[in-house]
Amino acid sequence: MLRTEEITLNMGPQHPSTHGVFHVVLKMDHEVITEARPICGYLHRGIEKLAEARTYTQFIPYTDRLDYLAAMLNNTGYVQAVEKLMEIEVPERAEYIRVICCELSRIASHLIAVGTYSVDIGGITGFMYCLRDRERIMDLFEMVCGSRLTLSYMRIGGVAEDLPDEFIPALCQFLDEMPSRLDEYDGLITGNEIFQARTKHVGLLDPGVAINYGISGPNLRASGVFWDLRKNRPYSVYDRFDFEVPLGKRGDCFDRFTCRIKEMRQSLKIIRQAVEQLPEGPVMAKVPKVLKPPAGDVYHEIEGAKGILGYYVVSDGSNKPYRIHVRRPSFINLGFLNELCKGWKIADVVAILGSLDIVLGEVDC
Amino acid sequence: MDVTREQHPIEKMTNDSSLIQQVKRVIHLAPLEKIFNLARGYSLWPLGFGLACCAIEGLMATNAPRFDLSRFGYEVLRSSPRQADVMLVAGTITNKMAPYVVRLYEQMPEPKWVIAMGSCAISGGPFVDSYYVVPGADKLIPVDVYVPGCSPRPDAVLHAFMMLRDKVQGKVVLENAR
Amino acid sequence: MPGSSIPSTVIDGLKDKFPAIEVSENLTITVPEAELLSFMRELRDNPDYDFNFLTNLTAVDYPDNFTVIYNLVSFKYGYTLMAKVNLGKDEPAVSSLTSLWGSADWQEREVYDLFGIIFTGRHNLTRILLEDGFAGYPLRKDFQWVGGRE
Ligand code: SF4
Repeated sequence: MLRTEEITLNMGPQHPSTHGVFHVVLKMDHEVITEARPICGYLHRGIEKLAEARTYTQFIPYTDRLDYLAAMLNNTGYVQAVEKLMEIEVPERAEYIRVICCELSRIASHLIAVGTYSVDIGGITGFMYCLRDRERIMDLFEMVCGSRLTLSYMRIGGVAEDLPDEFIPALCQFLDEMPSRLDEYDGLITGNEIFQARTKHVGLLDPGVAINYGISGPNLRASGVFWDLRKNRPYSVYDRFDFEVPLGKRGDCFDRFTCRIKEMRQSLKIIRQAVEQLPEGPVMAKVPKVLKPPAGDVYHEIEGAKGILGYYVVSDGSNKPYRIHVRRPSFINLGFLNELCKGWKIADVVAILGSLDIVLGEVDC
Repeated sequence: MDVTREQHPIEKMTNDSSLIQQVKRVIHLAPLEKIFNLARGYSLWPLGFGLACCAIEGLMATNAPRFDLSRFGYEVLRSSPRQADVMLVAGTITNKMAPYVVRLYEQMPEPKWVIAMGSCAISGGPFVDSYYVVPGADKLIPVDVYVPGCSPRPDAVLHAFMMLRDKVQGKVVLENAR
Repeated sequence: MPGSSIPSTVIDGLKDKFPAIEVSENLTITVPEAELLSFMRELRDNPDYDFNFLTNLTAVDYPDNFTVIYNLVSFKYGYTLMAKVNLGKDEPAVSSLTSLWGSADWQEREVYDLFGIIFTGRHNLTRILLEDGFAGYPLRKDFQWVGGRE
């Protein structure tokens, strides 16, 4: 009678497939995972504590550094929460600019997700193509706010500055070219046989379980659950756009991946409509120089690139927040990793982890 | 045989001045270490190790087509510290991560260099007053090149690699920086 | 699915079943600690509300008490609800909701890690972000630390 012994394997904290500093302790029977214990916190920077020593405006740059792949979305979630607390009416034009920037950010984030996932599965080429197109978005961001990665473009009450004149033509050119680029990815990555073999029917996520575990964003929609806050609880001006919410069928790694590619197409559609409808006018509401929201608390959620991004802001009436908590989608999506990996082979762990599209700045806060 | 810059060994072997001239033209002499450094400077292998936001710019965008680090021969990102000779500290070092940063550095074979990228790695950056952040990579390991910015542009990272190359090859880096 | 906040008729129904709860103007419900688990179970299992998604769980350190905050969403009706539990300053403890929602697991560990609030009736309540030997709970207002600008 052969006796087998469980072995323990450390993946991380420094590992190319963990997308940052993240540690998983894998217990394996032969090659099959019996337990995958995630250990996070290697990038815990204490942002929530630092917020208590900053003013409301000073906290905006810290939101960039949570999910640094989609900084615009993080900015927007935060400023909208404070606006809700102070009951500030944001000018129309600013709302449209926010939508354009947010959707660009979503595309940029999904491009990294798609590109790095291709690397995880073993094809560096896909990554190169995705980053080539991401540079275009970085250029657009540089035009509006002068920074590439950490943008801090949103302000409480509007946006920092109006769009420069050359922005809209450059954006339109990007919108024209991007769909063919997405077709290229479909041919290069999605259609690749090895890629499909590695991802199809791997890491199945049941819709009921996904809801119970609070999983959100493309990961949830890949399991076939229709839950996109832009549709279900429209904030900003999202109710004025016509777009679809791509859903998956099986909830496997492949569906999670293709959902992101399809979402990029929908984002392009939203941006196009927003550019057409873009009204003239001011981009900043009248807000006092020193922001002192009334005492109270507010919880506001938006649909981030990784899932539902929520900000809980407590004010005590002074110019500094009493407490800020961020509901970070990556953190909560990661909570299910153990169950998701159980029973799969060690090579699938990389495929599963990559398909969840986590960003460690957000997980560890 | 003693080899100096002034005295070429061929001069001791023959008196034929045309021969001496020809040999001197094609055969240059230098200390072995210098030759090694010449090669090292042109093929630094960075450790593929991203900590935070800066890793996106420093490791991903710099390697991507637009900035293309491989033009200079530095694109061989190694996942194992034992094969790498440059550590690009790209991001915030937290107290929990600090022992691993030191261990990764110690696992790298000599000679090795460190680039501290971004204000976090220089001094703690925006998180300097946090309870869980190490204010600067140089508190843990010796740093050769600092790249300021939050986050620095990929061009700045390229420049950092150029400066490191000059340092490795023994040119005076500080003079150029002024 | 229009409308997001929960209709007041539903709140009235809840009030009849749980007389101890307090409802504030903006429809935030404050629940006594002893009734939390049964209240939450009712919210999740009653088909009239069907709060199947625990989206956010966090805590605040107020001068005289800790407050744990729960944000619930019902996918079926689109309702959202914020519930709060007030806890004493000494040895704060509250029943865990991991038996109802899986998403409570990591979020409770995070709150334990940063606030030192104990969640009873669950296993594996360990630090998640900070290392195991860390002294103190950083998000408490009285937390002191060394560091900062030189
Ligand atoms: S320097 Fe700025 S961009 Fe770089 S890791 Fe620190 S916070 Fe992020």
